[in-house]
Amino acid sequence: MELTTILFYLFSIVTIGAAAVMVFSKNIVHSAFALMFALIGVAALYVLLYADFLAATQLLVYVGGILILILFGVMLTSLGYTFNFRTITVNLVPATVLSTGAAVLLIFAFVTTEWKITEVAERPDTVYDLGMMLMGDYILPFIVAGVLLLIAIIGAILMSTRLSAENKGGT
Amino acid sequence: MTQYLLNINPIAILVHAAIPLTIILVYALVAIWAERKVAGFIQDRLGPMRVGGWHGWAQSIADLLKLIQKEDIIPADSSRFLFKFAPFMMFAASYAAFAVIPFSSSYIGSNINIGVFYLLAVTSVLTLSIIMAGWASNNKWSLLGGMRSAAQLVSYEVPTIATVLTVIVVTGSLNLMTITEMQSGNDILGFLPNWLIFQNPFLLVAFVIFFISILAESHRVPFDLPESESELVAGYQTEYSGMRWAMFMLAEYADMLLLSLLGATLFFGGWNSPFGEFMSGPFWSFFWFMLKGLLLVFVMMWIRWTLPRYRVDQLMYICWSILIPLSFINLVLVALWEVIF
Repeated sequence: MELTTILFYLFSIVTIGAAAVMVFSKNIVHSAFALMFALIGVAALYVLLYADFLAATQLLVYVGGILILILFGVMLTSLGYTFNFRTITVNLVPATVLSTGAAVLLIFAFVTTEWKITEVAERPDTVYDLGMMLMGDYILPFIVAGVLLLIAIIGAILMSTRLSAENKGGT
Repeated sequence: MTQYLLNINPIAILVHAAIPLTIILVYALVAIWAERKVAGFIQDRLGPMRVGGWHGWAQSIADLLKLIQKEDIIPADSSRFLFKFAPFMMFAASYAAFAVIPFSSSYIGSNINIGVFYLLAVTSVLTLSIIMAGWASNNKWSLLGGMRSAAQLVSYEVPTIATVLTVIVVTGSLNLMTITEMQSGNDILGFLPNWLIFQNPFLLVAFVIFFISILAESHRVPFDLPESESELVAGYQTEYSGMRWAMFMLAEYADMLLLSLLGATLFFGGWNSPFGEFMSGPFWSFFWFMLKGLLLVFVMMWIRWTLPRYRVDQLMYICWSILIPLSFINLVLVALWEVIF
């Protein structure tokens, strides 16, 4: 077997295994750390597809940003300080029906689609091409995403200042 | 890249990957000794003097031998896997980032085009390993240290990235090798080297912001809140002993070196000699690069033994109210300078 094939299966197993641990773990912090392994595994799969910029972005945004915020949020709650922060299962019947439906749909789509299999082309300069496309053909979605993020940031700042002002009034 | 990897000998790959590791290990031994000597001289005492003869040079080696013999204690109520895994993940993250550092004009681990971006992405895993260590220890000091570290690193990542972005605006490349090559030659005022710090007054401001941010990112005094010995009993390291603790120490010193070398590459011309063609070449370029990096590490040590520690609220104030606005204004000014001149 080729080295890339071995690496592909290795990282796939890491990703799927970590995702399974994340779903089935009773402890929410263990789930969060399992999510980290899954995200790193996906980043490694991106590297195997010559998408180096996407892999680094995956690490920076999901592992370095969102996951840290999730953990930070869990630990800021009063239960986070104790070791027994456990997840419970609610709405067992509707959740089972919905997830089974989603699984059937996904498997159906996977089986019926005619996948076009091509050799991955090696790209010497991903960032340059990406930048050119973002600033050229895809300038509108790029700007819309930027404005959306700006609105989200302003909203977050407004909410946090309003809350702290209320707290000051209360004490 | 993958095809290239398949064609060469696996032993060659291992040797290639082990070069930064060797540098880190030798550096860590010297740096821990140097830290204690610097501390000693700043506080008007001698520091370690006994082991090995001349100025106690073998002190770090003796400490290492002692640490290897120590018992590996794992707290009964800890989360065992995460507790064991955290130190290795921390070192792996800082070691992986060395792959894109151009150590010499003829050696770089991986000459990828997204160099700096990769470095920043990989080092963000460091924060996660600190939270992991802090939480898995099941100790209130460790957890507090982990949370402080998360808040601090997430905040200080913003000014670091903004200042790195100013350099990228000037150079137009993310590849650290290309950035270094663009800084060769001595043209500024007839004798100064073409290092970015001399090219543009706003880049000097950017370097100051960058240096303050990397002090915070590598948990050095005055920003060492995650592990402050006097209030948190070493923070996330409290429950660790023996070699696991040594891995944390190693990772911390590796992180210092990594960020200093990044600073040297971005602002001080990387492996370029300050005298133009004089004393250049693969070996001398390695010498100059390490000299610049180690000088920045020395400044970090100097600051550690000179300044007191900030409070948590002061730390956040410095970052969000001073450094972040300043770095963004500076970014715009650098961009304007580049358009005009």
